[in-house]
Amino acid sequence: MQVAVFALAALIGVGSALGLVLRRNPVHGALFLVVNLGSVAVLYLTLGAQFLAAAQVIVYAGAIMVLFVFAIMMLIPGKEETGPDPRRLVRLLAIPLGVLLLLEVLLIVAARPAHPGGRARAAVGVQAIGRLLFTDYLFPFELTSVLLLAALVGVLALAKRGAGGGAAAGAPRGRIGEALDAAGPGAAGGSSGPAAAARSAARPATPAPGPGTVKG
Amino acid sequence: MVPGSYYTGLSAVLFAIGAVGVIVRRDPLVIFMSIEVMLNAANLALVAFGAQFGNAEGQVLVFFVMTVAAAEVAVGLAIIVAIFRLRRRLSVDDLSAMRW
Repeated sequence: MQVAVFALAALIGVGSALGLVLRRNPVHGALFLVVNLGSVAVLYLTLGAQFLAAAQVIVYAGAIMVLFVFAIMMLIPGKEETGPDPRRLVRLLAIPLGVLLLLEVLLIVAARPAHPGGRARAAVGVQAIGRLLFTDYLFPFELTSVLLLAALVGVLALAKRGAGGGAAAGAPRGRIGEALDAAGPGAAGGSSGPAAAARSAARPATPAPGPGTVKG
Repeated sequence: MVPGSYYTGLSAVLFAIGAVGVIVRRDPLVIFMSIEVMLNAANLALVAFGAQFGNAEGQVLVFFVMTVAAAEVAVGLAIIVAIFRLRRRLSVDDLSAMRW
C-alpha cells in the first residue's frame, strides 16, 4: 500500500517536473508546478511529516504559486521563447549535463549503505518539531522573522522604484542611474506638486497683507 | 515500508530535472519555478533523512528552507517585474551583464 502511494506520487512528481521544463507556456508550467508541489506533499505524508505536508500546501501551493501566477499574468510572457534561439547549441549541452548530474547523485545515493538503525522509522510528531523550533532553533527562528521583514521592505522599495520609472515613461533608459534621475524629479514633482501649488497660492496671499498693512 | 534510498533517488531525479530546466529555459519566471523544483527535491531528501534517523531536525531545516524560499520568490519576482518595466521584454540572455 505504502509502496503504491510512493510510486504514484513519484510518477506524478517526475512527470509534472518534466512538464514544467518541457512546455513552452509558463502558465502551463505554473500548473505543473502546483501538481509537483502537491505530489511532494503526499510524499511528506508517507514519510510521517504531517506538519510539513500542510505547510507545503499552504505556503508553496497557496502563497508562492499565487505570486507566480500573478507575475505571469502581469508580465504577459510567452513571447520571449518563441523566437529563434541564438544559443541553441549551448542549451542543448544542458541535457548531457543534467544526465551527468543525475548519474553522479544517484551513484552517491547507491554507494551509501543504508543507516543500520534507520529501519525503526520513529514517527516525528508536530510536538517534537515545535519543541525543537522554540528551544534549540529559537535564534534561527527569530532570524527568519527578520529575514521576512527585510524581504518585505526590499520588495516594497523595488516596487516603488519600478512605479517611479514607469511614470517617467519619456525618460531615457540607458542606465539605472539615468532611470533613477528620471524617476527622482518625477517623484519629487509628484510629491511636491500640491505643496508647490499651496506655496504659489500662499505667495500672493502673503504680500497681500503687506500692502494691506502699509495701507492701514 | 519504502526504503529511504527510494526517496533520495527520487529527490536526485527531481533535482536534475530542475537543474536542466534552469539551464535550458529562457524565461526567468520558468527558471524561478525550476529553482523551486530543485528546492523541493532538497527538502524531500532532508525529510527522508530525518525519517530515516528518527529525529525532527530534518523537518525543522525544511521549515527554514520554506521560509527562505518564500522570501526569495517575493524578492526575485519584484526584481523581474522591475526589469520588465525598464526593458519591456523578458529574456535572461539580455541580462548577462550586471548592469543596464
